[in-house]
Amino acid sequence: MTQYHDDIAPIQTTDASDLRIDQEVIASLVADGARVLDLGCGDGLLLEYLINNKNARGFGVEISTQGMHACIARGLPVYHGDIDQGLSDHTDDTFDYVILSQTLQAVRRPRFVIREMLRVGKKIIVSFPNFGHWNIRVQLLLSGRMPKTPMLPYEWFNTPNIRMCSILDFQDLCRQMEINIIEQIPLAAWGGLPRSPLKRHLVRILPRTVSNLLAPVAVFLLEKRKG
Amino acid sequence: MDHTSSHRPDSGQSAQSIGLVTTQTVTLFEQGDPLKLDSGATLQPITVAYETYGTPNDTLSNVILICHALSGNAHAAGRHHPDETKTGWWDGYIGPGKPFDTNRFFVLCSNNLGGCDGTSGPSSIDPKTNKPYALNFPLITIGDIARLQKALLDHLGIKKVLAVAGGSMGGMIALQWALDYPECVGGALIIASTPRLSAQNIAFNAVARQAITQDPDFNNGDYYHGSKPERGLSVARMMAHITYLSEKGLHEKFGRRLQNREQFSFALETDFAVESYLKYQGSTFGKKFDANTYLYITKSMDYFDPFPDPETTAQRLQKVHARLFVMSFDTDWRFDSSRSKELVRILNLHQKNVSYQEFHSPHGHDSFLLPDLEYSRSIATFINRLYDEELRRRHHKDRPA
Repeated sequence: MTQYHDDIAPIQTTDASDLRIDQEVIASLVADGARVLDLGCGDGLLLEYLINNKNARGFGVEISTQGMHACIARGLPVYHGDIDQGLSDHTDDTFDYVILSQTLQAVRRPRFVIREMLRVGKKIIVSFPNFGHWNIRVQLLLSGRMPKTPMLPYEWFNTPNIRMCSILDFQDLCRQMEINIIEQIPLAAWGGLPRSPLKRHLVRILPRTVSNLLAPVAVFLLEKRKG
Repeated sequence: MDHTSSHRPDSGQSAQSIGLVTTQTVTLFEQGDPLKLDSGATLQPITVAYETYGTPNDTLSNVILICHALSGNAHAAGRHHPDETKTGWWDGYIGPGKPFDTNRFFVLCSNNLGGCDGTSGPSSIDPKTNKPYALNFPLITIGDIARLQKALLDHLGIKKVLAVAGGSMGGMIALQWALDYPECVGGALIIASTPRLSAQNIAFNAVARQAITQDPDFNNGDYYHGSKPERGLSVARMMAHITYLSEKGLHEKFGRRLQNREQFSFALETDFAVESYLKYQGSTFGKKFDANTYLYITKSMDYFDPFPDPETTAQRLQKVHARLFVMSFDTDWRFDSSRSKELVRILNLHQKNVSYQEFHSPHGHDSFLLPDLEYSRSIATFINRLYDEELRRRHHKDRPA
């Protein structure tokens, strides 16, 4: 007999230690009580955290069935579809923040998506894997083959990551699109959060000058240039 | 395990079935005010047929209201007799361990107003004339159908439903509930449905109604003592049935296969298997369903338009608190996914708590009735989350400060 509710997680509250590093950094950028759209919200962990801990009003967009079920189990409002659809539904400045976490590199039209995010959101937060990281540069130099990392584990022929860029590339794009960079936070590590508060802090204090070489991932807080 | 249903003398049936059920009836609006309809007409008295599955909890906070579609009835799950082969219309989804889990929830389904399966409709006796209402029955709306369900729940002492759920026209009724009784609805599941019929949808209904009213036996709706317009109703059903299936699904099932013959008849006979199938579907339906109900209910769908303009929309949605879950199927062309997305868009513009999911299925509009694991899981996950939150609220309330 299928007991559908047996495999549904009991209600629990998320705390910061459940988040990935970049998710924690993103959460720290979101003001209390904000209205948030999370594009590619996955299992809804970040969104749930923002709702529970930052009094956010959130809405997620997710393409995978697995992610959908996880979000529904968390009681989150979530839209099953691709990012374009998830954006076109909303009027201008509906959200205080629109979040695109680790998804930019997989969208077909990054400029369009960023423009749409800036339309429906007052501020946008983008995190992406940095293709300028030394590990990637060394791999390509020494092996002569497409680099792979724990964050980018795919083969060249089956990777969903079709729009890789470095931190410098992204800065160029912001300049070209006349987008204000409010904050940029290169992270010195990737993955689950280190439990120790010191390490958690250290991850975030990478000097700007070396970030394109040393940060595997970066978080940008952006807004439309005014006037 | 504490399965109320497994103790019933229905042991020969599947372990997951709710088992034997009976349809109950109650007469409402006998005395006092009649039911006021959207048309301005009134109706009194009104009989309602309904079935319940599972057990209500002590605070009646586990009630799920199921709304049936055009040709459905109150018999949503289980069997009326042990030797019955057919189960209720949503038996795959209502029962112990199923998405609408009767071990957890008290599930209720009533025959819609205007119906022909126990609830007052054109075939019921008009107390003023002691004859069937026929076309003297007032025109009804989806709002009237929800209003009568509300009266039934009031009669049963149920103030709030954990969720209201329905597919197709049932989804319209579920949406109507969320709009008209915002304080009474925890969540609404609006499946394979639409916020309004398109011109094409109305056109299909119009042709169906023409088929019925052009039947020589129609007799202006007053056919209850003679032959019924079964042929017209059967043609209406045949056409509608095509719209419930996907082209691919229908072709995969029948292809160009011939029916009981090796070669074309070269006569106007039933050559193809799909013809024979449709004829059977039509004639079965023509015998059991009331043609006038078909006219009235399709009209109520045509009229449904809760968001006709921005002002009305804003006003209607202002008080809506229910968590809404809109679902569609990718091969449905009766109410395709874009119709569900249209609804989600409206709800999003007004910042309502809405989720949307599209499922892959080869079965077209009928998908919402058929077994599907992902769809089942989504329903179950949504309902159980609502109930878990309800239990948690109660737990916090009960705990001494």
